[in-house]
Amino acid sequence: MSTEILESQIAEAPAVVQPETYLNFTSGILSWLLTKDHKRIGILYLVSVTVMFFIGGFAISVARLNLMTPEGSLIPADTYNRLFTLHGVIMVFFFLVPVVPAALGNFVLPLMIGAKDLALPRINLLSWYLYIIGACWTLYAMIAGGIDTGWTFYTPYSSQASHYDIVPTMIGVVIAGFSSLFTGLNFVVTVHWMRAPGLTWFRLPIFVWTLYATSIIFLLAVPVLAMALILVVVERVTHIGIFDPALGGDPLLFQHLFWFYSHPAVYIMILPGMGIVSEIIPCFARKKLYGYTFVAYSSMGIAALAFLVWAHHMFVAGISVYAALVFSSLSFLVAVPSAIKVFNWTATLYKGSISFATPMLFALGFVALFTIGGLTGLFLATLGMDIHVHDTYFVIAHFHFIMVGGMVMAYMGGLHYWWPKMTGRMYSQWWSRMSALIIFFGFFLTFLPQFVLGYNGMPRRYHSYPPEFQVWNVLSTAGASILAVGYVLPLGYLLLSLRYGKRAGPNPWRATGLEWQTPSPPPKDNFEETPIVVRDPYQYHLEKAQNEL
Amino acid sequence: MPSVAIFPAAASTNAHSVDQLLLFLVVVCGSVGLLVAFLLIYFSIKYRRRPGQVAPPPETHSSHKLEWSWTIAPAFVFVVMFIWGAHVYIDAYHAPDDSTVIYGIGKQWMWKFQHPEGQREIDALHVPVGGSVRLLLTSEDVIHSFFVPAFRIHMDVLPQRFTSLWFQASKPGEYHLFCSQYCGTGHASMIGTVVALEPADYRRWLQSSAEGSLALQGRKVFLKYRCISCHSANENARAPVLEGLYNQPVPLRDGRTVIADENYIRESILNPAAKVVAGYDPIMPTFQGVISAEDLMAVIEFIRTLKPNETPPRVESFPPPVNPPDGDPQKLPFGAVPDTDNSKSDNTNAGNSKSNNIEHPR
Ligand code: HEM
Ligand SMILES: [Cu+2]
Repeated sequence: MSTEILESQIAEAPAVVQPETYLNFTSGILSWLLTKDHKRIGILYLVSVTVMFFIGGFAISVARLNLMTPEGSLIPADTYNRLFTLHGVIMVFFFLVPVVPAALGNFVLPLMIGAKDLALPRINLLSWYLYIIGACWTLYAMIAGGIDTGWTFYTPYSSQASHYDIVPTMIGVVIAGFSSLFTGLNFVVTVHWMRAPGLTWFRLPIFVWTLYATSIIFLLAVPVLAMALILVVVERVTHIGIFDPALGGDPLLFQHLFWFYSHPAVYIMILPGMGIVSEIIPCFARKKLYGYTFVAYSSMGIAALAFLVWAHHMFVAGISVYAALVFSSLSFLVAVPSAIKVFNWTATLYKGSISFATPMLFALGFVALFTIGGLTGLFLATLGMDIHVHDTYFVIAHFHFIMVGGMVMAYMGGLHYWWPKMTGRMYSQWWSRMSALIIFFGFFLTFLPQFVLGYNGMPRRYHSYPPEFQVWNVLSTAGASILAVGYVLPLGYLLLSLRYGKRAGPNPWRATGLEWQTPSPPPKDNFEETPIVVRDPYQYHLEKAQNEL
Repeated sequence: MPSVAIFPAAASTNAHSVDQLLLFLVVVCGSVGLLVAFLLIYFSIKYRRRPGQVAPPPETHSSHKLEWSWTIAPAFVFVVMFIWGAHVYIDAYHAPDDSTVIYGIGKQWMWKFQHPEGQREIDALHVPVGGSVRLLLTSEDVIHSFFVPAFRIHMDVLPQRFTSLWFQASKPGEYHLFCSQYCGTGHASMIGTVVALEPADYRRWLQSSAEGSLALQGRKVFLKYRCISCHSANENARAPVLEGLYNQPVPLRDGRTVIADENYIRESILNPAAKVVAGYDPIMPTFQGVISAEDLMAVIEFIRTLKPNETPPRVESFPPPVNPPDGDPQKLPFGAVPDTDNSKSDNTNAGNSKSNNIEHPR
């Protein structure tokens, strides 16, 4: 796997300077802040979620360092609690949820379906402003005021009067929720109305399918979250008993409402990642995606089932045994389509012609880590096991395998896959492959020990712990430092590529998607003329597709 | 060199069934994981692109047979996992009828326990090896979670409600008791110790009690708050008689029927208007904010263990004490020695109830 092979795969681009692209057709800061172009809005999102990612990452780095010693003497307990809350709130609501749909999806969705823009460009800009307002507001509340409830905001802890700035934090999250809601609405309308001629539903790339499924979840779930959080705010302000049993409310009601949103939200966080991987693997294996229809249907299946499993977060919360049985069995049901996807991706590699460019390394890393995350999810869905590992580090490890090993890996893959399209430049292959490898191994070292910790009984959200847990915690912190290097590297080589990267040309990966049939970076209106689609996606086996550029 | 925990101590009957389940899951999921990893690596090496290769790879047609088989095979495995897991879960929350009931209270940031024989402890819980213990848990503030890793058992502890779990310790020793539901600044220090003692040691420990059994304390509470003024066998039906009430169906005014479990009794004390028994008026005052959590548990224990003809009458010269229930030491859990000094506690009670009766407003 030498660099020469790889460079030779990257089609050499003519060194002609492109006259007009979405980047240079107007200039000035206002032309960005008032833009209605989905590509520019995608870039705005990209920059903002990256900032949030590093703030959230910094918060947990300090917390993780604190766990080097059992006494946790680096920072006071209160600071620790506020840091993991900051980390969780930012990573979930301001990074994982928006990152792929709003940053990458915004940029490539119209290109992938041969449209000029999203259906509702003004709403799209509004979404970004809502995101920014929500983010700034929440950050300010969490840093200046502070909140220590964890991202789950469980009542009655969160509804008691003393906890700093919980109301502003929740309002910020709700505002950001509406940003996602509008993005979802926009995507649904766009996919229905704006597909290029000939692009039937079953010719849609899987990424479009998963964005569509995600958008539906947004539309149905966000209002419930908004309602739950607003009810907490109402309770805190008016002292009407809703969730606080001291006022006559029901604390479990909050958990039901919260997870009714947040469980589907977990699928918001993973479905688009699955979509990205379904684009990358066929491209770098030069193979048609194995079982396209199964993969498409299983995306919709996951979206539907995602709404039926929320109470599997509550097996030891005091729900009835019957409820537990129902939700456990439904949880296994949702694992079936996920398993299908893993097998389909693996089968796509069979007899392929596989090259290991950076996006492919991330995609393969995704399949490996997502598989482990999914398999350990089965442990949690198994009732008898969950009564032991619930709310321990086992859970932390599991959801990081899914959300960080899965979603962040896929996002990195997607970013590296579409970067040449977005910027017109290639980045350093050597550094980017290094970063993929560092992230992969750093990830294992960080989170594998946490499974052991969890089974040994270390509860999550602990600022100090009994000494017998120390060795595993030190390993985990060491891994996290490696991981941090892996995440900071791309910042360097991607920014450098903007200036020094070689020109990418329209289709550096020789991929079949519509987005590759227009110059990079694309012109303001995406396509010089509306493409007409005559084929199924992923026809990499056709000689014509191979050579067509 | 610090000690390294690789596998947690297993010290309850449940621990063994959870560990077996773990083994099963690790073997099944491990093989699937290894299979996927093997295929990923094998395909990546075998089908890697060779220099100069230009011809596109052949198309492999999707085989629906293959796809259905890898849909149905996992589904089948999942059914086994579900059934096995459900089995362990139901066992873990279904206490044997002869379990000793111990009350536990979570509070920022400590654990308090009350034993039926009257011992109270903080951040420690003594239990006998080989005896099944049922915990009735509640919280004084926010949600906590009772977690003893060595017992592989876990239950959230909710305010204004009882949740319950049970275990049977199988190995003497001291084990961590953690709070695993985030409950505020001191969450990580809400740690206690479960001390599992051989039955003989446990009996010895029980005898160190000073206050008399929990039910006996509950009876004092019953008198102190003048519950007795309405709930008494010789009064004409102002309030239902509580003897033999526990775990029996109770018809309500609105036509429903509820089982008189801990949560019902508790609710009836704190919020009497919520479920009014058929045939009675909603005249009972609420004791919310009046009665302390410990007293509440004691009085619930009193009602729980109340046998027919045992409600003390309103006057001070009441019949035999509540504990031992039928004066038979053999019936006490784990052969605990009953409170021998009945007369002494009776005297104190008599004194209490007397002064209470004098202050009685009517
Ligand atoms: C260097 C990488 C990371 C490390 C070392 C790390 C570590 C941790 C730790 C130790 C906790 C648990 C805090 C506790 O419960 O005591 C945690 C919680 C969490 N992490 Fe991470 N994390 C990392 C990256 C991420 C990323 C990239 C995301 C999402 C994009 C993420 C999302 C979360 C969430 C949602 C929680 C739950 C917070 C809560 O308990 O309220 N983490 N992380
Ligand atoms: Cu607690």
